[in-house]
Amino acid sequence: MSAPMAKHDIADLDVLDRRIINRLQDGLPVVEAPFAAVADELAIDEQVLLERLKALKENGVLSRFGPMYHAERLGGGLTLAAMAIPEARFDEIVERVNTFPEVAHNYRREHRLNMWFVLATETPERIAEVIAAIEADTGYPVYNMPKQEEFHVRLHLPV
Amino acid sequence: MSDSTCLSEAPTDAVLDERDRAIVLATQSGLPLVSDPWAAVGEQVGMSAEEVRRRMARMQELGVIRRIAAVPNHYRLGYVANGMTVWDVDDTHIDRLGREVARLPGVSHCYRRPRHLPEWPYNLFAMLHGRSREEVERQAEELAALLGDACRSHRILYSSRILKKTGLRLAKRHAETDRSAEKT
Repeated sequence: MSAPMAKHDIADLDVLDRRIINRLQDGLPVVEAPFAAVADELAIDEQVLLERLKALKENGVLSRFGPMYHAERLGGGLTLAAMAIPEARFDEIVERVNTFPEVAHNYRREHRLNMWFVLATETPERIAEVIAAIEADTGYPVYNMPKQEEFHVRLHLPV
Repeated sequence: MSDSTCLSEAPTDAVLDERDRAIVLATQSGLPLVSDPWAAVGEQVGMSAEEVRRRMARMQELGVIRRIAAVPNHYRLGYVANGMTVWDVDDTHIDRLGREVARLPGVSHCYRRPRHLPEWPYNLFAMLHGRSREEVERQAEELAALLGDACRSHRILYSSRILKKTGLRLAKRHAETDRSAEKT
């Protein structure tokens, strides 16, 4: 069920791949012929850009390409939650927690609070219900850590 | 720009109509990698390329779309050390300091979250990405220097395993809710 983290090797990227990745982490302009506009900026052919992007997506260097939606602004509920699970029961409790469709991401982290997951629900009110259900199902408390202020959300990894 | 400033969290649900939602549904797993992606989406949802483009531009202005971008797999790019740094910061200074921390390169996500005392004293979260743990630790030292006396303690929680990663699929659930609401 759970995959080891570093199962893919570090990708072998050439200079053009790097320029494309760096440029497009910043966003595609919402204009007519947007890829042609970016290709112009990079002084390459539009078809070359599209082919490179397809290849980067196919070999998993890009996990996706597209709009990044803001969950709360679509009207949903979103929170970060953590649990402290005894080592001997960790795998069993992971299975139980992951069964909830509202659990979108779940990471094991090195701390007494060793399970950290993101809950995404169709309404903000539903978060509390799902947390109560997870506590009832697992018998362990869930620490709810909703964001109170967002200072920054922008992943940019220069390559 | 819209994603680097403090945001109010009032849902803009009300300002999205059915046609916007159709676009959200059609694009949440990605944008077609073709010369005219707006036309390709338009074919799926029965709109002109220009309508799709205009609506997506508007959603981006509203902050419903943070941006339309390439999302790299950290590990494939060599960013194998991903640390969630957590800080116990004086409440009276956290809003100013949070904004400053967010400006440091290497910080991808930065949030204020509630403490759970006594177990969990940390109220500022900043995700750091590096090619090694040493690199993440150097970045954390910069953060510590910036926070100074306003920070009482901090931790770096590295991820050691992905237990689940399905991503968010809010729009679909919304669309289903909308459809069932229409029937009643």
